[in-house]
Amino acid sequence: MARMVTTRNKVISTAAAWLVGFLIFFPILWMVLASFKTELEAFAIPPSFLFFHWTTENYVTVQERSDYFHHALNSIVIAGGSTLIAMLIAIPAAWSMAFSPTKRTKDVLLWMLSTKMMPPVGVLVPIYLIFRSVGLLDTRAGLIFILCLGNLPIVIWMLFTYFKEIPKDILEAARMDGATIGRELIYVLTPMAVPGLASTLLLNLILAWNEAFWTLNLSTLEAAPLTVFIASYSSPEGLFWAKLSAASTLAIAPILVLGWFSQRQLVRGLTFGAVK
Amino acid sequence: MGQITLQGVQKSFGPVHIIKGADLEIADGSFVVFVGPSGCGKTTLLRLIAGLEDVTGGAILIDGRNVVDVPPAKRGLSMVFQSYALYPHMSVRGNIAFGLKMAGIARDEINRKVEAAAATLNLTPYLERKPRELSGGQRQRVAIGRAIVREPKAFLFDEPLSNLDAALRVQMRLEVTRLQKQLGTTAIYVTHDQVEAMTMADKIVVLNGGKIEQYGSPLELYEKPANLFVAGFIGSPKMNFVTGELAKQQGATTIGVRPEHLKVERDGQGGWRGTVSVAEHLGSDTFLYVDAGPQGMLTARYIGELDLHPGDQVSLIPDPARIHRFDDSGKSIRA
Repeated sequence: MARMVTTRNKVISTAAAWLVGFLIFFPILWMVLASFKTELEAFAIPPSFLFFHWTTENYVTVQERSDYFHHALNSIVIAGGSTLIAMLIAIPAAWSMAFSPTKRTKDVLLWMLSTKMMPPVGVLVPIYLIFRSVGLLDTRAGLIFILCLGNLPIVIWMLFTYFKEIPKDILEAARMDGATIGRELIYVLTPMAVPGLASTLLLNLILAWNEAFWTLNLSTLEAAPLTVFIASYSSPEGLFWAKLSAASTLAIAPILVLGWFSQRQLVRGLTFGAVK
Repeated sequence: MGQITLQGVQKSFGPVHIIKGADLEIADGSFVVFVGPSGCGKTTLLRLIAGLEDVTGGAILIDGRNVVDVPPAKRGLSMVFQSYALYPHMSVRGNIAFGLKMAGIARDEINRKVEAAAATLNLTPYLERKPRELSGGQRQRVAIGRAIVREPKAFLFDEPLSNLDAALRVQMRLEVTRLQKQLGTTAIYVTHDQVEAMTMADKIVVLNGGKIEQYGSPLELYEKPANLFVAGFIGSPKMNFVTGELAKQQGATTIGVRPEHLKVERDGQGGWRGTVSVAEHLGSDTFLYVDAGPQGMLTARYIGELDLHPGDQVSLIPDPARIHRFDDSGKSIRA
């Protein structure tokens, strides 16, 4: 029997969904609010929700004390660069595994994913030493390299599952229609794969943007992205919650805007394969 | 021209032999149907001809030229897939035009040809629609349009009607046959449906377990099946097989009689006597399933209505001229 959807049930489930949504969103909201408070109000108990002395002084201080745009540019270069390179490597890899699988394809995929199971801290020391000896410490190139390697398995997996969904018949039909491999790629495969490529690109961009472990450990100032910028406000000298909040808000703003506009693509990308 | 010759074609996937050496001569302009039970290798054989699979051994000649090393794009064949395999992001026009575009034909001529093909297939009102906005039958037509517009040497059909409902299937069957006769292009058609095979084909290839069991016209296969497999596979309802003493009297291991060649007599003398266990009354025909004791279960077909019911006694008298005899190995014995 089909489940009855009554108005009452609808109201309850909608309210529950909003509640969960609000709970997830609350820390971000609280951070944004705190960034507009004075340091004193930021950790006042009981906390004031909206009725406090609104100020933008934290943002001014943050920009004065450290160069936001320098770090933002680093974030864009590192996240963008590592994503692009990962895509360039992953597309042909996923393509060949999806369309001409061998007996070992499944093993290769699992092996790639298994590299993500090891905690990164396990290889921090060797990687740090290698970076130091080849002069990659605190360079954008070094961070692009390590983030690209770190995210590559996920990118390949996402693209692989996406390509797998494209019926082989259609590619064979193109071949029968006289298309060469190149034209098959341009006219048939790519248009069909665009949503998958876009969502993979976006997700990887967000992962790379938020990546903190390697960026914090392998950069200091020159190549430091926004993660380092935020971290510099959680100092042992004292609590600067309002300024930390202001720095964090600035750091997540670009990616939040990007995510907001591409949420449809993102959801589709993440649930792909699960729903037809 | 579209003459296709297979010489000892073999295909293995690892240790599994799918096609165990196929020899076949397909005349230009003929309609050849590959038929057989699932897993018999008929689709694989078609894909080998298309070039979508590589042969393990043997040669495939198209108009006298061996094409085993020629990629599918260069073989000059076109294919209609079971799943239709339309390009989902292109309009009907784009789908039909794609092959011509790949061949580098001028835009005016592409438009002219696409519109002509669309008119033949009653697709003109749908040219600007996307495949997802079409019904199953219309999609099937687009797939056929894509195949005919390129004027290939031969059409390859891979069970193209199996996703359609029964009524539409009969209609499309007629249309495909008519279109093929009109264009005069060689066609190879794969199906598991022996009615499709009998009605559409100039010649039928019966495949079983990767081997060609028989190659001949529909009536040849019906009247002179080469062996037990073909005898049982072609014809509906299935041929009755009787072994033992009765077969020995005829100098055979097994004898076969088609249900329509059994004369039904109520309480008659002679012939094979038995009890009706199921009677199917279709109005135009009556099918009787008769428990004939030592002869086993027999099926008889009577043209018209016959008022018989389960439990009734009948005699079935085989038409002596239409008894098929088979030897130990299942091969047909010709007098």
